[in-house]
Amino acid sequence: MAHDPTGDATPGRRGWPLWEVFVRARRGLSHAHVGSLHAPDAEMALRNARDLYTRRQEGVSLWVVPASSITASSPDEKDAFFDPAADKIYRHPTFYDIPEGVDHL
Amino acid sequence: MSPESVLTRAGYVLSLADDSLIAAQRMGEWIASAPELEEDVALGNIALDLLGQARSLLSYAGQVEATALGNHDGPVRDEDDLAYLRDERDFLNVHLVERSHGPHGGDFAVTMARMLILSTYQMELYSHLRTSTDETLAAIAAKAVKEVDYHRDHANMWVLRLGDGTEDSHRRMQAGLDAEWPYHHELFDNAHIDPLLVESGAAVDPRLLREPWERRVDEVIAQATLSIPDVRPAVTGGRRGIHTEQMGYLLAEMQHLARSHPGASW
Repeated sequence: MAHDPTGDATPGRRGWPLWEVFVRARRGLSHAHVGSLHAPDAEMALRNARDLYTRRQEGVSLWVVPASSITASSPDEKDAFFDPAADKIYRHPTFYDIPEGVDHL
Repeated sequence: MSPESVLTRAGYVLSLADDSLIAAQRMGEWIASAPELEEDVALGNIALDLLGQARSLLSYAGQVEATALGNHDGPVRDEDDLAYLRDERDFLNVHLVERSHGPHGGDFAVTMARMLILSTYQMELYSHLRTSTDETLAAIAAKAVKEVDYHRDHANMWVLRLGDGTEDSHRRMQAGLDAEWPYHHELFDNAHIDPLLVESGAAVDPRLLREPWERRVDEVIAQATLSIPDVRPAVTGGRRGIHTEQMGYLLAEMQHLARSHPGASW
């Protein structure tokens, strides 16, 4: 039997844990989050993901991750996390003047 | 090709089509009542794969039949005629696929045991048919083989998990296997196939599929800690149009709309 990596994962309906699904649309692109599903273990999660998220040839590769393994930023910390970036205009390339004679920057 | 051998070719194609068509109709009963939403979608996908195979095969059977009868310009029976307007005695599917999935809307272990038996057989069948001298059959098989490979994988996954799961799931999976096992023999019967069709390389002798089928299925059963059922083969006759009592109910449900409103479309 496949090892269940979720451990004490958040139980879903009738005990099936929740999995987050990532699909790579084409070679060369990153895997992008597309949704979630319930499955008893990783192998079944992969197959359910195939049936639910790649029915119309949306992808060439799939990842499933136990939802419990994802550490998310908290909405309460939003200000501390993201606001300080607002006034750091020097982090954008438009802040800098292009020196004369540099054509291909 | 003599007209007669072409007619038997139509019968052969029809038997392949009916296995998939009736299996799809039964599988559809799970829609909206599978154990989980995700499984609902999986079974729906599998039923639609089978229905797609049936449609290609039925259309082809109609064409072959028309050619055999020298009926080049007249009406050809199309896929709808063959699916909806044939009577029970004209269906050539095996008993394995027509029986209900168990009481109270269905026993999931029965469905998985049946899927294991059918998809492993279809996998072997279509793998061989890919090199059929009948180009249309070869093309249909080439597409179908990838689909049934996935069905087999799905059945394997569940048989392993239920067999090697809890005491209760083990008992119920074994019961499902015991219930379906008597019906697998009919798949490997070749009595309905004209030997000339096999000789010409158009059809596959189903007896050849038995050994690789047993190897694959026995392996899954062993891995799932289940045992090969010790039960007698069922008395069958699907390839001759002799069906179980449950076939009539299935056809009534499948055909009543098309028969009540001939030519209706949506």
